[in-house]
Amino acid sequence: MLLRHTPKEITERSALVINPAKTCQPIGAMYAALGIHGCLPHSHGSQGCCAYHRSALTKHYKEPISAATSSFTEGASVFGGQANLLQAIENIFTVYEPEVIAVHTTCLSETIGDDIKQIRDKAEKSGVVPGGKHVIYCNTPSYIGSHVTGFSNMVKGMTEIAESTGRKNGKVNVIPGWVEPSDMEELKRLAVLMNVPITLFPDTSGVLNGPLSGEFKMFPEGGVTMKELREAGDALGTLALGEWCSADAARSLDTRCKVPCRVLDMPFGLKATDRFVDALRTIAGTSVPEEITRERGQLVDMISDSHQYFYQKKVALFGDPDQLISMTEFLVSIDMWPMHLVTGTPGKKFEKRINELTAHLPYEVNVQAGGDMFLLHQWIKNEPVDLLMGNTYGKYIARDEDLPFLRWGFPILDRVGHQYFPTVGYKGGLRLLEKILSLLLDRKDRDDSETVFELTL
Amino acid sequence: MTETAKAITSECPETLEERPAIPAGRETIFEERKDQIHRIGEGEFAMACNRDSLAGAVSQRACVFCGSRVVLYPIADALHLVHGPIGCAAYTWDIRGALSSGPELHRLSFSTDLQELDVVFGGEKKLAKALDELIPRYGPKAAFVYSTCIVGLIGDDLAAVCRAAAKRHGIPVIPVQSEGFKGNKREGYLAACKAMRTLVGTGDTSGISKLSVNIMGDFNLAGETWIIKDYLTRMGVEVVAGITGDGRVDSLRRAHGAGLNLVQCSGSTQDLARMMREDFGIPFLRVSWIGIEDVAESLYAVAEHFELTQPELAGNIVERTAELVRAELAVLMPQLKSLRRDLEGKKAAVYVGGSFKAFSLVKAFRHLGMEVVIVGSQTGTEEDYRELAAICAPGTIVVDDANPLELSAFLKEKDVDIFVGGVKERPIAFKLGVGFCDHNHERKIALEGFVGMLNFAKEVHASVLSPIWRFVPRRNLHNSPMNAGEEA
Repeated sequence: MLLRHTPKEITERSALVINPAKTCQPIGAMYAALGIHGCLPHSHGSQGCCAYHRSALTKHYKEPISAATSSFTEGASVFGGQANLLQAIENIFTVYEPEVIAVHTTCLSETIGDDIKQIRDKAEKSGVVPGGKHVIYCNTPSYIGSHVTGFSNMVKGMTEIAESTGRKNGKVNVIPGWVEPSDMEELKRLAVLMNVPITLFPDTSGVLNGPLSGEFKMFPEGGVTMKELREAGDALGTLALGEWCSADAARSLDTRCKVPCRVLDMPFGLKATDRFVDALRTIAGTSVPEEITRERGQLVDMISDSHQYFYQKKVALFGDPDQLISMTEFLVSIDMWPMHLVTGTPGKKFEKRINELTAHLPYEVNVQAGGDMFLLHQWIKNEPVDLLMGNTYGKYIARDEDLPFLRWGFPILDRVGHQYFPTVGYKGGLRLLEKILSLLLDRKDRDDSETVFELTL
Repeated sequence: MTETAKAITSECPETLEERPAIPAGRETIFEERKDQIHRIGEGEFAMACNRDSLAGAVSQRACVFCGSRVVLYPIADALHLVHGPIGCAAYTWDIRGALSSGPELHRLSFSTDLQELDVVFGGEKKLAKALDELIPRYGPKAAFVYSTCIVGLIGDDLAAVCRAAAKRHGIPVIPVQSEGFKGNKREGYLAACKAMRTLVGTGDTSGISKLSVNIMGDFNLAGETWIIKDYLTRMGVEVVAGITGDGRVDSLRRAHGAGLNLVQCSGSTQDLARMMREDFGIPFLRVSWIGIEDVAESLYAVAEHFELTQPELAGNIVERTAELVRAELAVLMPQLKSLRRDLEGKKAAVYVGGSFKAFSLVKAFRHLGMEVVIVGSQTGTEEDYRELAAICAPGTIVVDDANPLELSAFLKEKDVDIFVGGVKERPIAFKLGVGFCDHNHERKIALEGFVGMLNFAKEVHASVLSPIWRFVPRRNLHNSPMNAGEEA
């Protein structure tokens, strides 16, 4: 379908995006806020923003997504949204009874210049915020950065709850970045195995991968609690997973509460998981248990069993910077060749990291921050690949170019599994390999002539 | 406690503070929203509608931009450029399965991706440049340029940029004034109609039969326009334009050559039909292509209209229509009957975007032996709801602009078996252990026409009778594990 519309020849474009590989900040803030227990995300803007974000998250998680909106009208857009936000805060605490409201802005409220901190303080003073309840906020202008920026901003907003009593509580903060609820669950499992008490935030496990209970719960069981967020200021240290998603929050904790931080890559694949496990071990002063060593060994074993199939297979990837960096490292480590990489999120640092990770390979990798799917498609047309990896929007290219396609990232609108099966850690690595391998071998089985078609692979 | 805080009704006198968990009854309703909910048989009918959602509501509604985008999007050979930050384009990229029999330019996503500097200095130059890059590249028949919240605020002169681009490229470049904050979807429908109106009347109408119609307010989801077009063609009626199902710029240009407009979906294209009646004297009929009676009645209305206005051309059109309906029913009814056997006595809830659909669904469910016990929409008018209340049984809950807590409370109170709604409602229904049928823009199966009624019945059957609901804890009251075991 897109085939007919995408020419092979690449021409300079300066004023437009065709088929975006990103979306705007507020949805990231909304997703992050859902990782707080009892939190109702609130979109300070028109109704449409909130509806779109809820729809997109609903389609990805297949779970009810509750979020409120200031329901801006023309009046609010002229006279400012303070009245709307104050009324919203009062209404929300009255009827939906969350523990906390997490307000994020939109291009509309940013441009009219609403001062959310001032409005929040006013709400607290005037008594519409019940005792023991909270309003946190962050600014998420849609015309800066991407959904990843919005996620990072809301996580940073969470750290403002943290308080330092001057006495360390022996816990480690882990900021997982924009990963799936299943991934967050897996990170917690690894910490338990290592016997390291952690505070994971945000934590959408139990919120967006809940069971069918027969009840609609606006605020499911999971999520980091406000108490835990407050105590994050007394942690031994913070591990921030992903420069784009998590570093700002970790640095803010460092500055405000003197909690030292390390920024790591997201633990996708062998090496990045090694670094995560090692960092956790170092910061908590424990040792790596046999169980985790065994899981690592299994991953190495699976790579060795199948390395001949990965050898020099060309891959095109798109998605968000933190994920792509770790995935590129993983692919390279199993002898695959990342050829084309696009993220919609701006930031030249991304291109630099990818270039470093692929510097030793015998070809020039195409990498673009602030790129779009149209460009990716053109690159693929010029230099075909064996595998495409990315969110559901890749299915058009996969169909047009007849490519094996691994759905990985956000959003996934047409498959299930990401809610339940992690791709972080060694176990996650096994799952990624299994998927990659199945795609490659299914393709081989499909395309092999009858003569060479084989039972055993 | 303030007025707003008295979110309780007379039936449920406990205050919210006394309730530890999520409120589970009618107290989940805002005081201000009480007049947007009516229980048939309880007091005089009165509903306040088309009102802005309350600030702080978890509303299922969308914005002006969304309204415009969904109406215009199916015009397949036009360029649809969203002038704003990336989100507005990203969330409406190929948002629904509006099928095209030819070009598919509408399925791509184009955005000016406004950045901070554009917001400060204005986005007009960027927009002009984007049009200059896109129009020669894709050679569209026309371009729609959608305004978003931010564009309304920074004051880009969309009309001027479009005019200049139209002159440079020799195609219509049409501004759509769809700033999100101007209201809800309804205002967006109007903006879309105004945009389309600039095309209507600019094409050559020679060769169009007087026995002709435009199919309006149908978006060819899962090929539904084609089903209706087939019926009309068999009746001897020419279809000039799908507005906007399987839509084309040229057919819109010559749409004023049609003898009659058939308007489905009360909100979305009625404004255009009104404009065409005023400017070109084309009458319009409100129709519905959902359910048995409504489809038959709509087809008969078309036949009768032409029999009256074009007796010579029309010939025995009413007879032809009767024959068509008979033939279709002969296929449909026996199949429906076997599905009905299983569905008899089950209860349904309907919460849809536009209220026209709610009417048709209430009637459609009757054919399945099912009763609609909750009915609501995002954008209905008081008149719509009054008519709805008139065809529903006492005790039925009629609701405008509901939130998830209300919906969930109603679903449990009425113990429904299936919920008909849209994407945001689906997981709510499933969490409660209630079946679901997507009758909004994400439906994948044609639900219009006689064949659509059969598809609908199959979908309802599949979901209501799914064995999965036996595993839902809440429903164990009805289906104790032992019973479930025996049935299985």
